[in-house]
Amino acid sequence: MAERFEHLRAALGQVQGYIYPNEIELHWGLLVVLYPYITGLVAGAFILASLAKVFRVQEVVPTYRLALLTALSFLLVAPLPLLAHLGRPERSFEIFLTPHFKSAMAMFGFVYAWYLMLVLLLEIWFEYRADLVRWSQKERGLRRIVHWVLSLGSRSLAPEAIAFDKKAVYAITLVGIPSAFLLHGYVGFIFGSVKANPWWSSVLMPIVFLFSAIVSGIAMVLLLYYLTTLLRRRELDMKCLDKLASFLLYALIVDLSLETLDFIHRLYESEESIKILATLIFSKLFMSLTIVQILIGTIAPLLLLAGARFSSLPPELKRVAYFIAALLVQVGIFSTRWNVVIGGQLFSKSLRGLTAYKLELGGIEGLFTALALLVLPFVILFVLLKILPPWPEARADAEIGPPAPATTTSVGPGHETAKDATVV
Amino acid sequence: MPEDTTRREMLGRFAQFPCAAMLLACCGPLASIAGATERKYNAKDHYYGMGIQVDRCIGCGRCVEACKAENGVPRQPFYFRTWIERYQIRAGGEVTVDSPEGGINSFPATEEDKDVLRSFFVPKLCNHCDNPPCVQVCPVGATFKSQDGVVLVDKDYCIGCRYCIQACPYGARYLDPRTATADKCTFCYHRITKGLLPACVEACPTGARVFGELKTLASPLRRMMRMSKLTVLKPSLNTEPKVFYSDLDGEVR
Repeated sequence: MAERFEHLRAALGQVQGYIYPNEIELHWGLLVVLYPYITGLVAGAFILASLAKVFRVQEVVPTYRLALLTALSFLLVAPLPLLAHLGRPERSFEIFLTPHFKSAMAMFGFVYAWYLMLVLLLEIWFEYRADLVRWSQKERGLRRIVHWVLSLGSRSLAPEAIAFDKKAVYAITLVGIPSAFLLHGYVGFIFGSVKANPWWSSVLMPIVFLFSAIVSGIAMVLLLYYLTTLLRRRELDMKCLDKLASFLLYALIVDLSLETLDFIHRLYESEESIKILATLIFSKLFMSLTIVQILIGTIAPLLLLAGARFSSLPPELKRVAYFIAALLVQVGIFSTRWNVVIGGQLFSKSLRGLTAYKLELGGIEGLFTALALLVLPFVILFVLLKILPPWPEARADAEIGPPAPATTTSVGPGHETAKDATVV
Repeated sequence: MPEDTTRREMLGRFAQFPCAAMLLACCGPLASIAGATERKYNAKDHYYGMGIQVDRCIGCGRCVEACKAENGVPRQPFYFRTWIERYQIRAGGEVTVDSPEGGINSFPATEEDKDVLRSFFVPKLCNHCDNPPCVQVCPVGATFKSQDGVVLVDKDYCIGCRYCIQACPYGARYLDPRTATADKCTFCYHRITKGLLPACVEACPTGARVFGELKTLASPLRRMMRMSKLTVLKPSLNTEPKVFYSDLDGEVR
């Protein structure tokens, strides 16, 4: 506790103007920045997946399964930063047992459970069911057991069963789109509904969160598709990349427009809080908002994407431009979350002063925990990619039938053209 | 006493004293037994509020000290259930506000400055809002408005998410570092339910703080409210505070 007091005493020295004495401690730190960033990736990746299934955008089909698995890996990690940030994590189950229904935060458990159980897991299961059955029939050892368990006792490969899978996936995606909107819109509402905080309190907040989620999700899947394809030494599908880049560009334009609207609206209304918010933007948030979020994270990828997409650059250059743009978008969206969460606590509710946020390195709410939580989804994704390979060759291979290969992913592209055997 | 009182009558009167005293001594416990059910605290019968007469506050900081001592609030200057702000308004319109250590050791003297138009102290505390945003956002219902209008936190139930701290427009809440749960002014609930005054009210040497019933016409609070021009803090947020300030300057937020 002495360390904490020392930390607060140091913060006391950095106060500018007047802040309420209880405001010296900044309550929502880096972990709470991670939470909307991670759920945003979940929602965005899922919405990209739905483009393939519901809106029948054929070009993005190669990313469909990858997007689903990405969404799942990040969703599994999403509650961890929240849990680690709680003062009394051992009581967190009370949110489920005795939720206070008027609280936006109390809905977290239900929205999360709904999304995880009824949307993502179910959709992934139906999508993979036939493959799981085939894999468990042909493989040996641990993989056979894992796939057999994951098929949950389902054995049928009859055309009717496979047709039902397709219908189920379609129906779940249909329910999933509003659910993904709900998942992230709700996170925006948690901030947007705090009337005490003029930086947060905005009806646009859920919408801005949603579009930035779509932006970050598409960019993340683009990055993962790019990297996994290159690491597997396969050809990138340029049509798919072009389409992803287009959607990323459109989402980025909508996102930037909404943010600009929010900015102009605040400036034009010029409420009581405008002076302190202006001071905030031009001092404490100048770097993370103007430079990182707007210039590096939004304008630069916007120009890169637009330039590469609608030019006659060779594909090798194009895809590098897409990759850099997607990377910049990640930096931009992360700083967007930072500017909302941390920025909203850097000024006093007395509107008379600014405080500082000093990031701790160690400790449960420190930088290392945050980094670990950022790496964890990729570890989970790595495992998921091993268990449920989303690659077309894994699928085609499963359909070829015996003999069972030692490694399922080492089959060359030539096998994809093999005729469907009599497995069905 | 009549002039013609005899000695016998006089002695008889003296004898009445011990008898009366004994009788009273017996009546005392009886009366308290009879009154026990009547005096048991019933939250439904009360509705509390506080009035703050800004012009009376001298910024001595006794209320802050009393509050910390009475409620075991951590001594460090980052945790306050009540604090005092000093405002200095200059001719040009600039406003300086300070609250060194919450005003617990009073305020350092300022240099004589002819520019200062007005200077005054404002005690702050939880406003025990009738429409409390902190209660609305608590995900588990650990913070609640009791029937007597006091907003309380159940520290055995609070999960320490700190949403209530974010939602309070007045900065009245903090996270108790010992329990990792939210904490705030309770109007000294343990005292008021016994008919005592909150510690800050009791300690105030100038009577700047008036505590009492909001719904009983004859209460000191209602009297103060009748006699003063009142306002609440941040009325535009519609939190409906039950801490009322008299003669408050518009600069106070």
